[in-house]
Amino acid sequence: MTRHIISVLVENEAGALSRISGLFSARGYNIETLTVAPTEDASMSRMTIVTSGSEDVIEQITKQLNKLIEVVKVIDLSEAEHIERELMLIKVRAGQKEREDMKRMADIFRGRVIDVSDNTYTIELTGDTRKLDAFIQALEPGSILETVRTGASGIGRGNRVLRV
Amino acid sequence: MDRVKTSRLTGAEIVVRCLQEEGVEYVFGYPGGAVLFIYDELFKQDKVRHVLVRHEQGAAHAADGYSRSSNKVGVCLVTSGPGVTNAVTGIATAYMDSIPMVVLTGQVPTHAIGLDAFQECDAVGITRPIVKHNMLVKDVKDLASAIKKAFHIATTGRPGPVVLDIPKDVTAAVTEFHYPDSVSMRSYNPVRKGHAGQIKKAVQLLREAERPMVYTGGGVVLSNAAPQLRELVKLLGFPCTNTLMGLGGYPGTDPQFLGMPGMHGTYEANMAMQHCDVLLAIGARFDDRVIGNPAHFAQNPRKIIHIDIDPSSISKRVKVDVPIVGNIPDVLEDLHKLLQGAPKNDLQAWWKQIDEWRAKDCLRYDRNSKIIKPQFVLEKLYEVTKGEAFVTSDVGQHQMWAAQFYKFNQPRRWINSGGLGTMGFGLPAAMGVQLANPGATVACVTGESSIQMCLQELSTCKQYRLPIKIVNLNNRYMGMVRQWQEFFHGNRYSESYMNALPDFVKLAEGYGHRGVLIEKPADVEPALREAFASKKELVFLDFITDQTENVYPMIPGGKGMTEMILSEEL
Ligand SMILES: Cc1ncc(C[n+]2csc(CCOP(=O)(O)OP(=O)(O)O)c2C)c(N)n1
Repeated sequence: MTRHIISVLVENEAGALSRISGLFSARGYNIETLTVAPTEDASMSRMTIVTSGSEDVIEQITKQLNKLIEVVKVIDLSEAEHIERELMLIKVRAGQKEREDMKRMADIFRGRVIDVSDNTYTIELTGDTRKLDAFIQALEPGSILETVRTGASGIGRGNRVLRV
Repeated sequence: MDRVKTSRLTGAEIVVRCLQEEGVEYVFGYPGGAVLFIYDELFKQDKVRHVLVRHEQGAAHAADGYSRSSNKVGVCLVTSGPGVTNAVTGIATAYMDSIPMVVLTGQVPTHAIGLDAFQECDAVGITRPIVKHNMLVKDVKDLASAIKKAFHIATTGRPGPVVLDIPKDVTAAVTEFHYPDSVSMRSYNPVRKGHAGQIKKAVQLLREAERPMVYTGGGVVLSNAAPQLRELVKLLGFPCTNTLMGLGGYPGTDPQFLGMPGMHGTYEANMAMQHCDVLLAIGARFDDRVIGNPAHFAQNPRKIIHIDIDPSSISKRVKVDVPIVGNIPDVLEDLHKLLQGAPKNDLQAWWKQIDEWRAKDCLRYDRNSKIIKPQFVLEKLYEVTKGEAFVTSDVGQHQMWAAQFYKFNQPRRWINSGGLGTMGFGLPAAMGVQLANPGATVACVTGESSIQMCLQELSTCKQYRLPIKIVNLNNRYMGMVRQWQEFFHGNRYSESYMNALPDFVKLAEGYGHRGVLIEKPADVEPALREAFASKKELVFLDFITDQTENVYPMIPGGKGMTEMILSEEL
């Protein structure tokens, strides 16, 4: 079982997303995260799916995705050098006592405080999944009020381009 | 001015015009509120003929049988809500066997979608996992191109059913009509030609093979590759097996044919699959009913070449050495070209081995029985129809015996639900077959349990004067279930006895057909001869057969291809 990050270019049509998520549930494939939004060409969406499975399963996942009529292109980003980023918004307890510490912690992880109230901070953090996990690990469990994560978006390094 | 005026059509008119443009002969359907505008347009013309079934499952199976036996697209039309849900079994059946169909489903008006309107159901959602593709057409302007796409997608690449969900207001709305000549989709471009390098590798393996085996499935039938397959297998002199879906892909009476492989395949086909050194798999998918346990299959080393139009069929259950993605006839022609003139493989030892396996005569049964043996009925059916009938079947023991005992020399003659295993398929499928092949001999081999699942279609047969011959192998049991219970559940026949059976003769008569009860072996052949002599009427032949007969050989679920249970007769 290895983690794979798969990018899919898909026609921006009603039902395409449920077709893809339906494929994963019908065939028992894992989805850790799935992100999707239109590309610079509004007729097409780009999806990033983080999944895990044996080599055989991953091969089937890419083949099955390719088989869907609305899917234009599929690549397994993890086959080569790539970059992945995820955005997290995390609301933490930040009363008088904790404020300093919390700010310092956010700085260490290159997070930004984007909203402040008397006793909370909302911190924005981007990075790969491990970095966001590490930030959560670094905080006192009791100090986290809310977390929102987008799931990973991925792109190939250098000249590696996914387009039609 | 006039031309512009006449080219403005309602959605319903567009539907019918598109069907005409596609050359659709028959639409199998059942009306209801959401499709009334379409029915109104069907009424006003006579190019596209409508066949009124008695249940929407029957419509889907009939369209399916029509397609399987003719290589044309099967079309059906059902209303929203229960119309769609009734058709679901038929759509799933077609999907599992990759049958090109276009299913038009009515939908509530667009403004009512999502409001739990009367007879609303999410047709696109319900059918999503059982179609090649589906679309909800929300704007009449998109209707013609959606229909064009539906036919294109259904028939190209690996075929399959496409559902088009059309809201009622879309069928009433008006737009300019233009039927596109062709479709181009950046996201869908099935390949045709196989990869030249892979084909070379395959040739190398085939030339070096000492114990080769050719294993072909439904893909050969669906891609009309039977002539190319025959030529290639004849050129090579290799043994060949056809799966349940592939029967008729290679002539069943040819000496190089080893019968069907798999759970109820022949001893020789299964042994040869397991012990070959090079396996050429064509349009087949190594499914669980064929190779059984993949780990057991992998115990014997062999090189596998796999030709298929669908990349996802390759290396799904079994790792393949030489995958070739492409249109089967094209790939087989390429192989043929490269193999022509090559020195013949020395296969003497291999054929000697195969003949030893054959000598087991694994399909042997008691021919002196005082009770009618189902195998005997099928042997006689084969003789009486000279092997030329279209044979549809339901699901169970009778299906396996039909596959074992009827020798199909041509593709598209054996029509059965292999993938989904849908009881109730046989009779409505036979209607589609008979309509696609007027004048042809059509037999529906069934069991007393299966036939009751779509029995209402006897009425449709009457209305359209379909002279189908129903061969009911009546063992008073869900025989296949009973067999599993005998083998694996300590003879506890839980709910597999078919009690309170109707009098099938009277039942057939009630529908306006002829019924015949046959209870003695000596009456089997005369009854068949008499029934098949009649080209005009449907005859329901109710054969009272041995309740205890089992299908042999049998590979128990999860076992390997060589772990067959053979008949005690042997
Ligand atoms: C719709 C449906 N329900 C249940 C089954 C499970 N099943 C497979 S074979 C069989 C028995 C079929 O009995 P019959 O039609 O009498 O044929 P026989 O096996 O006796 O020849 C059943 C219930 C099925 N295949 N399809």
